[in-house]
Amino acid sequence: MTMPESLSRRAMLMKVGLFLNGLVAIGLAVPIVRYLLSPLLRIRKQSYTQWLTLGDIAQYPAGETRFATFRNPDVTPWDGKTADSACWVRRIDQQKFQVFAINCAHLGCPVRWFPQSGLFMCPCHGGVYYQDGSRASGPPERGLFEYPYRVEEGKLLIKAGELPTPGSPTALVKFDGRFPCA
Amino acid sequence: MRLIQSIGEWFEARLQLAPAIRDTVEHPVPRATASWFYVFGSAALTVFGMQIVTGILLALVYAPTAGEAWNSLQTLNHAIPMGWYIRALHGWGSNFMVAIVLLHMVQVFLFGAYKYPRELTWIVGVFLLLMTLGMAFSGQVLRFDQDAFWGIGIGASISSRVPVIGPWAVHLLLGGPIIAGATLSRFFALHVFVIPGLLIALVGLHLLMVLKLGINEWPMPGRIVRKSTYEKQYHELVKTDGIPFVPGAVYKDIFFSACILLALGLVAAYFGPFGPSGRPDPTIIQTAPRPDYFFLWIYALLSLLPPEMETPALLIGPVVAILALLALPFVFGEGEKSWRRRPIAVVSVLLIAVALGTFTNLATYTPWSPVMNAWSADPVPPAFLEHRTALERQGALVFQLKQCHNCHSLGQEGGKRGPALDNIAVIQTEDQMIRQVIQGGGNMPAYGRNLSPPEVTALVAFLKTLHPSSQAPAAVAADKAISQNAPPAASGGKP
Repeated sequence: MTMPESLSRRAMLMKVGLFLNGLVAIGLAVPIVRYLLSPLLRIRKQSYTQWLTLGDIAQYPAGETRFATFRNPDVTPWDGKTADSACWVRRIDQQKFQVFAINCAHLGCPVRWFPQSGLFMCPCHGGVYYQDGSRASGPPERGLFEYPYRVEEGKLLIKAGELPTPGSPTALVKFDGRFPCA
Repeated sequence: MRLIQSIGEWFEARLQLAPAIRDTVEHPVPRATASWFYVFGSAALTVFGMQIVTGILLALVYAPTAGEAWNSLQTLNHAIPMGWYIRALHGWGSNFMVAIVLLHMVQVFLFGAYKYPRELTWIVGVFLLLMTLGMAFSGQVLRFDQDAFWGIGIGASISSRVPVIGPWAVHLLLGGPIIAGATLSRFFALHVFVIPGLLIALVGLHLLMVLKLGINEWPMPGRIVRKSTYEKQYHELVKTDGIPFVPGAVYKDIFFSACILLALGLVAAYFGPFGPSGRPDPTIIQTAPRPDYFFLWIYALLSLLPPEMETPALLIGPVVAILALLALPFVFGEGEKSWRRRPIAVVSVLLIAVALGTFTNLATYTPWSPVMNAWSADPVPPAFLEHRTALERQGALVFQLKQCHNCHSLGQEGGKRGPALDNIAVIQTEDQMIRQVIQGGGNMPAYGRNLSPPEVTALVAFLKTLHPSSQAPAAVAADKAISQNAPPAASGGKP
């Protein structure tokens, strides 16, 4: 008596083999996808939402805007100079500050402060901002990005672990539940 | 000789490749396609091969880490014999590759080669173009200098504007929350493994289809492509008027490829490698990042689009363009192939070429960017200061010190972001000038908070002197109009 081909041992093993391969593929895909998405999983969230110091508030005279640099909270030994970032600190009065990201709100080029005219100018596409960071002219759709700050024991602290972009302007602020400009 | 022949036979007995190779090289092509117009595809392949070779050579030295990449490029440029030349060949090879791929695309489009049955060849070609551009961009990132660093920031800013997934896309692109070590490593993986692998696979597919379907015949006006009859006609043509590819047509490919390689070698030797420009240090902000040549038109577009148009244009524009290219062979799969009978196709190519050329040209001198050092570099030309009162000269100082010069030129010196002010007194009255300076508007910041009243008075006094000696300032004309009780015709508005 002959069996139909679909019931043979060969066909059976073929199906089981394909099934096993599928199972293994899924089993391997999970860790691979998790590895690929690791930048999103924010397992290091704590490290890059911490407060960073910009030093003594005494070095920021009231009524002036000064350049400041800081080390990113989340660095690797092979980052080189890219472990550092820059920002503009505007001291309005004794306790009130504004800390602007260096990145233009248009496409992220580094803006420069001109104290004589009280303007930030961007060298790339011509965005210009007033001293309070609001948009003056050019292609930006909004004012400069601001980092949340606080003053503690005479030090100026900011949260600046993330590159601010138009789609995610200081996304870190969301973790605090407050917006610096509000 | 006999030894070589017997070795060849030994291999052939085991590989049995000779018939397949012979069929491939001797495949018949229509006689008219042995043309100088049909050499761009093979030239692109030649330059791609060159890029692979020089790329591997660079990888022998290049250190793909954010901390050391820039240093290793300096080593390549200055310490390793001919390192600069390999970098120059690879950098210029990238420019050559993009240029030749675009030429190939234009030729194929104008000759109707995307029509039935070569739709898929065209579609694969569109992806090859996108990957070529992807290689150009990721290659620019690997030249990890200031332009590269801020260039990634621009890429991140654009990606972030995608609704909902934007911020996630940025983190995936950067490999983390900021541009740092992980960013360069993943662009290295893309540039060296992922995109080249896909490129090689798709080039293979592209070539396979050229062999299987035959090279596009020379388009004759009036010879209409019909799906029902095309293949029969093509085989007829190849049978009656065909020649073997080797040696019938290949000599032009070989000759042209040699010319391209020679040109590449000479250009690389003469102009040298690209950069690297300044060290990728985010705390050095005295920089004006520029993209590489083939992305300059995007740079111009991003500067000139109105703010509210930009995000839609950035996100929808590329999608529409790519979909249009992919849909082309399906919408226009039949009909005339000859460009002589396809005026709209010719006009489209010309229009796109002129637009890209214009934007690229604009981006080489960036009239939209403030000249960041104009206020401290170029003094107001002396011609504008002769026979002026003390107040007017004080105004010239205000013009210089308050960075007006960064955006406005005088005697061709200074920025071009705003209008040149050489004849501003003819165009605006005193009152208009004061209002413009204090309130801004028309893409000019308001200076009301940053100029004291005496400074405004001095500045406007200076601006009022800016008119040709033969022409009276606008204020006079306006006064005259008012005194005659007529509408102020000559007072003008903004230009």
